[in-house]
Amino acid sequence: MARIEVTVDGVRYVDEVEPRLLLVHYLRERLGKVGTPIGCDTSNCGACTVHIDGSSAKSCTVLAVQADGTEVTTVEGLVRDGELHPVQQAFHDNHALQCGFCTPGMIMASIDLLNENPEPTDEEIRHGLEGNLCRCTGYQNIVRAVRQAAGGGPAAGRSPAAEGSPAAAEVTA
Amino acid sequence: MAWPLGGHAGGTVIPPEFDYLRPHSVSDAVTELGRVGEDAKVLAGGQSLLPLLRLRLAYPTALVDLAGVGELRGVRQDGDQLVIGAMTTHHEVLRDPLILRYAPVLAQATATVADPAVRHRGTLGGALAHADPAGDLPAVALALDAAFVIEGPDGRRTVPATEFFSDYLETAIGPGELLVEIRVPALGPEWGTAYEKFNRVAQAWAIVGVAALVRREGDTIAEARIGLTNMGPTPLRASAAEAALAGVSLHNGGIAAAAGLAAEDTEPSADLSAQPDYRQHLARVLTGRALRAAAAAAS
Ligand SMILES: Cc1cc2nc3c(=O)[nH]c(=O)nc-3n(C[C@H](O)[C@H](O)[C@H](O)COP(=O)(O)OP(=O)(O)OC[C@H]3O[C@@H](n4cnc5c(N)ncnc54)[C@H](O)[C@@H]3O)c2cc1C
Ligand code: FES
Ligand code: FES
Repeated sequence: MARIEVTVDGVRYVDEVEPRLLLVHYLRERLGKVGTPIGCDTSNCGACTVHIDGSSAKSCTVLAVQADGTEVTTVEGLVRDGELHPVQQAFHDNHALQCGFCTPGMIMASIDLLNENPEPTDEEIRHGLEGNLCRCTGYQNIVRAVRQAAGGGPAAGRSPAAEGSPAAAEVTA
Repeated sequence: MAWPLGGHAGGTVIPPEFDYLRPHSVSDAVTELGRVGEDAKVLAGGQSLLPLLRLRLAYPTALVDLAGVGELRGVRQDGDQLVIGAMTTHHEVLRDPLILRYAPVLAQATATVADPAVRHRGTLGGALAHADPAGDLPAVALALDAAFVIEGPDGRRTVPATEFFSDYLETAIGPGELLVEIRVPALGPEWGTAYEKFNRVAQAWAIVGVAALVRREGDTIAEARIGLTNMGPTPLRASAAEAALAGVSLHNGGIAAAAGLAAEDTEPSADLSAQPDYRQHLARVLTGRALRAAAAAAS
């Protein structure tokens, strides 16, 4: 077993984990953060995308031990003071989902994209979301949502982790 | 494509058990590798290794994670060379001012690797050590005449790219050794470069890729270097095409004639994406495109 200290959605956890435990399993099965789904077993679909220290990562392709000392943000950590994150709101407004399975990863990847490039062209949005597969929407409304979020200003590219987390509660296993 | 697709209904497969070690210096990493023995594996970004572990295609007893080894990160200039730390991520390569100025072909190829999330974690050293024939960066390293600095229990040694990629998924890195840095020549503005990759869907591996480096003297090509991705078990140089390009004018069909030689001496494999003769056709077409783009980029 290995000891990790990791902040997830503003809460600091100290846990003992098996080295082979994947971050996505840690999030879902230990912390109950089932907002982050698993869509494939080949690292291709992007459904499991989270932010580690503010940068997107596929949590099925990261070990929990590799997240030691980092700040992880999942789709569950985006709401601030009861307000949806601008990218969440834009997905809602533009009907950018159907079954919703890809949506958490799509939103986390979109925030990362807007953080890198606050005013992307449609072409850049499509390339930036290359690692996230959607089987339902045909992507049109997803691109529209990202475009709308970008139009709302730089807050759309902000990952809560990058702003420093609120006074974190601590949870020890 | 290095690993089979799908086949595991019911979700993510859990990797086999292993110990996890996190050294903080290259020498500690070498010590740990030596202590665990042959079944230890280096963990860099994990973007090739973790998929393999999940599919149970590898069973290391221990992973030696290099993430805590700060000296393996970053890019610096050393005389007429750039020195790139093995743990420099794809994301960092794409934004590094020295690489963009002196070795842009590395950034051009890295931009086609995977997707932003994978590029945040995957490393240049990991991609080269993994030596996937469909990987985009080995052919670029070969075309750049890169030198590979490897450290092990007997100290450091430097291996030229021509000897580094020894076979399918195999390199000159021996058991107990690790790749420390990659040295590439700093190219001046008389060099133009391009990477042409052919694949059919987004985020896919190359069916064939071609890296071209061209040194121009006015309207002629003084020197060209061409690296081929996925045209055999290791990356290859298109030597016949390179030889045909020396002294060729940009204007009278010389590039097209040389590109026609790009598949000489190659034995590409057959898979679901392509048959060997189709890969050879792609190599010729992509070499023509890459050469023209590279020549246009040189001043
Ligand atoms: C969905 C997806 C799509 C991809 N698409 C592409 C693509 O289009 N083109 C492409 O080129 N690549 C692609 N990749 C692979 C990507 O480039 C990986 O990041 C890279 O191949 C491995 O780098 P890493 O740092 O993650 O290495 P790891 O996965 O950590 O390691 C890979 C191998 O190299 C060894 N190793 C790593 N570092 C060292 C070192 N310093 N010394 C000695 N041995 C070392 C490890 O032991 C392991 O055997 C893709 C990956 C994914 C998940
Ligand atoms: S679950 Fe598909 S990429 Fe992680
Ligand atoms: S909404 Fe169903 S997969 Fe994207």
